[in-house]
Amino acid sequence: MKPVLECVEVKKHFAVGRRSRLHAVDDVSFDIAAGESVGLVGESGCGKSTLVRLVTRMLDPSAGDILYRGRNIGFIPARSFAGTQFRPKIQMVFQDPSDSLNPRYTAFEAIAEPLSRLAGVQEAKELRLQVEEAARRVGLPEELLPRYPHQLSGGQKARVGIARAIVLMPDLLVLDEPTAALDVSVQATILKLLAQLKRELGMSYLFVSHDLNVVRMLCDRVIVMYLGRIVEQGPAQQVFDAPAHPYTRALINAIPAVGGRPEAREVLAGEPRSPIDPDPRVCRFFGRCPRQVDRCRQEEPVLREVKPGHWAACHFA
Amino acid sequence: MNAASANSTLRHIRYVATENPVTLAAFALFTGFVLLALFGPWIAPYDPLASNTAQSLKPPSAQHWFGTDSLGRDILSRIIVAARLDFGIAVSAVAASFAIGAALGSLAGFYGGWADRIIGRIADTIMAFPLFVLAMGIVAALGNTVFNIILATAIINLPFYIRVARAEVNVRRNAGYVEAARLAGNSDLRTLAVHVFPNVLPPMMVQISLNMGWAILNAAGLSFIGLGVRPPQAEWGIMVAEGATYIISGEWWIALFPGAVLMLAVFTFNLLGDGLRDIMDPRTRT
Amino acid sequence: MSLLEIRDLSLEFRTRSGTVHALEHIDLAVDRGETVGIVGESGSGKSVLSYAAMRILDPAARITRGAINFAGLDVLAASEHDMQQLRGREMAMIFQSPRTALNPIRRAGRQIEDVLRVHTTTLRAALKEKAIEALARVRIPDPERRYSAYPFELSGGQCQRVMIALALACNPQLLIADEPTTGLDVTTQAAIMELVRDLARARSMATILITHDLALASEYCDRIVVMHAGHVVEEAPTATLFRRPRHPYTAQLIASTPTPEKTIASLSSIPGNLPDLRRTDLPSCRFLARCERSLASCGTQPLPSVSLAAAHRVHCFHPL
Repeated sequence: MKPVLECVEVKKHFAVGRRSRLHAVDDVSFDIAAGESVGLVGESGCGKSTLVRLVTRMLDPSAGDILYRGRNIGFIPARSFAGTQFRPKIQMVFQDPSDSLNPRYTAFEAIAEPLSRLAGVQEAKELRLQVEEAARRVGLPEELLPRYPHQLSGGQKARVGIARAIVLMPDLLVLDEPTAALDVSVQATILKLLAQLKRELGMSYLFVSHDLNVVRMLCDRVIVMYLGRIVEQGPAQQVFDAPAHPYTRALINAIPAVGGRPEAREVLAGEPRSPIDPDPRVCRFFGRCPRQVDRCRQEEPVLREVKPGHWAACHFA
Repeated sequence: MNAASANSTLRHIRYVATENPVTLAAFALFTGFVLLALFGPWIAPYDPLASNTAQSLKPPSAQHWFGTDSLGRDILSRIIVAARLDFGIAVSAVAASFAIGAALGSLAGFYGGWADRIIGRIADTIMAFPLFVLAMGIVAALGNTVFNIILATAIINLPFYIRVARAEVNVRRNAGYVEAARLAGNSDLRTLAVHVFPNVLPPMMVQISLNMGWAILNAAGLSFIGLGVRPPQAEWGIMVAEGATYIISGEWWIALFPGAVLMLAVFTFNLLGDGLRDIMDPRTRT
Repeated sequence: MSLLEIRDLSLEFRTRSGTVHALEHIDLAVDRGETVGIVGESGSGKSVLSYAAMRILDPAARITRGAINFAGLDVLAASEHDMQQLRGREMAMIFQSPRTALNPIRRAGRQIEDVLRVHTTTLRAALKEKAIEALARVRIPDPERRYSAYPFELSGGQCQRVMIALALACNPQLLIADEPTTGLDVTTQAAIMELVRDLARARSMATILITHDLALASEYCDRIVVMHAGHVVEEAPTATLFRRPRHPYTAQLIASTPTPEKTIASLSSIPGNLPDLRRTDLPSCRFLARCERSLASCGTQPLPSVSLAAAHRVHCFHPL
């Protein structure tokens, strides 16, 4: 059974000035199996937003292949992707529900749109049936369907966004920080909903989040990105319990723990390296790494399998 | 719009109107002018074109509230009937300007790149001229007709709408719901037309209202200097021109009343723009 | 005597859709040198409370009862001139979204100099040097270069450091940090919070940390005050609060915060929504509609303040 999504050495470089290039995504390779939930973590500037837009085909890669169930969709220009048969198969839930819902569309219209545009459902009765079904699945009360976004709470808007994304039963659902804008009490409800939907509908998830605790809960595997590269990937529990890359360690270390921490934490010093024309011989994490040595400046580490299914790009892993 | 939302809009309108009496006054005046434009010929007490030299240059009196001009025509009647012409010119010009300018500006703001560059050059070229002089030039070159006034006014207003539309679309271009629209299967063009543009309309409505005042003034200005509207047609600008020469000899009413009404009309539209903005701006909503 | 003392404060906002009862019967005391966390979700009133303490409230706000005392000064009765002397010098504040909180068209160093010029007697010739010193104290790398930088040239973390430098330039007695790390990367957050803690300790400065992140508060605060819908529901020393929360809302909040040990199934969620604070018929306990332990008296009797142990108070008829 082919993986739902495969990225093979995907690169995205942006031109900066006349000669320089910003390496937003550099040689990223990973795949997502059917029904698998993969977390994507990394901080601002790591390239995860760009990668998300490449995977959802809103952006074209500079190099590399993106495959959906073995079919190369990277070649299809982003501009024309909306008209292909693949569009309904890869959908996305956005971070800010207030920003991602058209203020002039009711909840019903927002959920109905993919049905009418991509599934060819035009008949009003059929549309209503399917929209109500999606609303039911996400726990959105039917009486809220005629409402506009400004008449809905944060949690309700989040549900509309999810309903809209699943109404076409996609194979891959990309979730871009879906609970970041929500209060913690609402977040818990939405996370449970997402876990339930995954079970019921058998979708694969690409779950982007900065909250490592949430990723650990919801994902089977996790990918850690830094400055455009994957620095570590593996089973979620294993990566969090025994991180192999110093950056992953620093990331886990930085999460505040409920109940407090007795000893002072070690913070990352230094500034991140520039993503513009990076030196190919130097490790991207050099300059902030607590373990760096000369070798790190002369030879960029490649992703190696340090344990079965667990990869890291570090000379010391 | 469903019932619940229509209700809240009406409530909001009522709130805005009552909170700010000036806005209410503006709406009332606007309605008055519209009625005047629609029903002018039937309301006017005298035939605006009928000259009566026996009654010429008579000051305001019980029979002629605004007095008569050099040909004995009732000034009040002429002002009332002129409303239709002035409004007609302004509305046509602004509508044309808006339709074309908003479309061009939206494309420029959404697609960027070459579209933006070319459309930008068009706007820059028009703006390089002193706009009124350009309008004069267009009317002078193409001929002294009402249609050409409309054309000239529409052209000189294009950059305004292009710029506003471009800016508003640009701001919304990367909004989440635009990306969501693409995910829902909309092509770029459809996303622009169906999702972005309707959200851009409210701020543009405000601009349109403000622009109307300017368009009336522009049309009146062209007529004042003798371009466009020709006698004996009644138009506020041309009436002010006709009355200008008589101010020195003491017949002040011939220029004053058309001028005052013109000023009131422009003022109304400006206030209306403010009021519309209050209504349209979702931030001032509860 | 406490450095900052808020007694029985009630505050409302007049809006076109009604009066919002934003705060009710708030008691809060912050001693010199201690770090107090105010934790609550959106709409809990935590930010409004700090604005009231500095008297920088929206003009639509009306304080209906209560008193605020800062270092002996009656804040609510003080003149605007006296308050201006206080703000920036004795009490300072840092905000969320540091890049937007800084003046975008003024260089970082100049903004620090502005504060120094207004509140200290630093000679003009010495201003630049002091500003660079301030930047160095907040551990900004390469402070001379950052002195001339505009906010848009700095990263989020660097902007926050500049804001901290601004706030601490005159050695205030109290620092109010309103969601200072929301929106920052978690590694940057750790660095900023360590910085604030170190600086506060070095100067015996009192800190109020306002946040929705319970875990963050637990790491950096001596004491935590939990707020819900304009009420203080519980306050306790940090360790006590987490070991044995006594208010149902606090317990639910802790139970719904993701931790490394929890699974999705064990994650709890709080039913219902915040009550509409514009209602005139609000129950005495605003958590009533979402509480599983509610009693008849919860809606009608005025909320009690139950002292459970040293410095542990809960406002509940039926604490856990």
